[in-house]
Amino acid sequence: MAYDKFTTLISSAVPMPIENVDTDQIIPARFLKATEREGFGDNLFRDWRYNKDDSPKPDFVLNNPIYHGKILVGGKNFGSGSSREHAAWALYDYGFRCVVSSFFADIFKNNAINVGLLPVTVTAEFLDKIFQAIEKDAETQLEVSLIDQMITILATGDQESFEINGYKKHNLLNGYDDIDYLRAMKEEIGAFAEQSMY
Amino acid sequence: MNKQTLFDKVWDAHVVRHINDGPDVLFIDRHFIHEVTSPVAFNGLESRGAAVLFPQRTFATADHNTPTINQHLPVADPLSANQLQALADNTAKHGISFWGLGHAKNGIVHIIGPENGITQPGMTIVCGDSHTSTHGAFGAIAFGIGTSEVEMVLATQCIMQPKAKKMRITVNGKLGKGVLSKDAVLYIISQISASGATGYFLEYAGEVFEDMSMEARMTVCNMSIEMGARGGMIAPDEKTFAYLKGREQAPKGDAWDKAVAYWKTLKTDADAEFDVEYTFDAADIEPQITYGTNPGMGAGISRLIPTAEQTDGGAATYAKSLDYMGFAEKDSMLGKPIDFVFLGSCTNGRIEDFRAFASIVKGRRKADGVTAWLVPGSHVVESQIKEEGLLDVLTEAGFELRQPGCSACLAMNDDKVPAGRYAVSTSNRNFEGRQGPGARTLLASPFVAAAAAVTGVVTDPRQFL
Repeated sequence: MAYDKFTTLISSAVPMPIENVDTDQIIPARFLKATEREGFGDNLFRDWRYNKDDSPKPDFVLNNPIYHGKILVGGKNFGSGSSREHAAWALYDYGFRCVVSSFFADIFKNNAINVGLLPVTVTAEFLDKIFQAIEKDAETQLEVSLIDQMITILATGDQESFEINGYKKHNLLNGYDDIDYLRAMKEEIGAFAEQSMY
Repeated sequence: MNKQTLFDKVWDAHVVRHINDGPDVLFIDRHFIHEVTSPVAFNGLESRGAAVLFPQRTFATADHNTPTINQHLPVADPLSANQLQALADNTAKHGISFWGLGHAKNGIVHIIGPENGITQPGMTIVCGDSHTSTHGAFGAIAFGIGTSEVEMVLATQCIMQPKAKKMRITVNGKLGKGVLSKDAVLYIISQISASGATGYFLEYAGEVFEDMSMEARMTVCNMSIEMGARGGMIAPDEKTFAYLKGREQAPKGDAWDKAVAYWKTLKTDADAEFDVEYTFDAADIEPQITYGTNPGMGAGISRLIPTAEQTDGGAATYAKSLDYMGFAEKDSMLGKPIDFVFLGSCTNGRIEDFRAFASIVKGRRKADGVTAWLVPGSHVVESQIKEEGLLDVLTEAGFELRQPGCSACLAMNDDKVPAGRYAVSTSNRNFEGRQGPGARTLLASPFVAAAAAVTGVVTDPRQFL
């Protein structure tokens, strides 16, 4: 398995009602020199999270203990900017398994799916409902069902379906990357090789 | 089934599974690997605890990083030595054939495949190198892949790929005297641009390609990537079968007859359609030379360098390119002094290229002030050069032969063109710094390279023919 399987996630959520959160904020460029994928969570939103002297900025949502959970809810155009897959690694390594927004930048969206971080796109109206629910109660639980492609605000029962590519969904459900998917086809590939003239 | 192109026939025959909403899973018949793009892939394999699924379908060579002189000595550059050692260790561990430095069959990956009959019509072939398109000359689907995909093919002998769109390039007529296949493909790129075929898989059709030898076809298919195409194919014919017959890995006896019967069906149906088609006339193709910093920035050798208005693309970029080259709009290329000549690479490092070069320098002398690197594509080519007496011709003309490798094409080894110097090169890319920081590359055919080597300036080779 390349990452944790994703089937159904029930969790409270961290609200970030900021639009156009770009990949330089998610993981500043100076942290891209690492040669391993682990440890990026420490630098997630580094410059929003910490002062230059490394003391935590009290106003930033990740430093506010009333908010916690495996789901991050972001304003529209989340993940805009560079193609750095490190942005997805940082979110995953920190502990998020799902990001919800009304619009994701293309490359970030792809990178997220490929590392096991589920990007859920909802309507602007539904996004608002989520933010309002969390504002009323920081412990608001969201249920994200990949199997049913449905996101539900458990307290109110409000729910909306979301889209995801069928192949990518299959991989996420199994914690597979492309190579895992192919390795699971070993017999079929072997049979093909047997009948080949080459 | 009618209405299928050559590409369709080979592609469809290799789909193990079509993923709904996703790519095709394509079985790969032959996987070539070399020392630069394989180490990280093998490391990845190790992390997964996976073995190479079909070692017998995998072929390794050392070519990119290797020195082209004193190959009997230990490799001096530590990074190169490391990569070469990693490849030796990995191939030994997994039971993969490896023709390293000093092995009789060693050479540039896209030269040794066809040479030994490994490349055959109707195959799917990949390698971690963009000029894998070369093998398309046999009517194979052949293309370059990244390191993660190298790992994928090692582990599963498959690749995931959406089926590309199709483009056919037809060239009618006959190439004139002194005009080689390299000129034909440089001409095509100058017409459709370095990105003109992006998203497409090519087929080359028409009299010009039918008339070409297999080596000439390989030069054309090699450069498919330089117009942005994933790969390019030429339908197999009697020339293809004659080239292959008897080569070490080619089928023999009944298997040969069966194979040929199948290979004869590998051509585009009369009623098949392409997404895009281009048609050109051989009469418009003279010897070519590039003047800029991408392979599309080329023109007939007798022409003037175009003005920015005469080209597509931005004026600022065009000006920057000419400035890097030290050239100006409306300059004549003829007569421009040059410093280096490189004959070699997977594009033009075969015996026919050396015959062409030798035919022009015979009885003449290398110009003083020109440094010439003549790098055969493999030991087999090197031996042929000697057997045919070409080495004597070259030596008498003041040229030396080096040992096989990618050499000055990308200058990963010591064969680097110094900053500001001009090199007429039979390789495939003239990007800024490709042959060395600040190096200025003029892409050309072996005839044009030879003519420049004996005069010291850009010269129309037809005056010698």
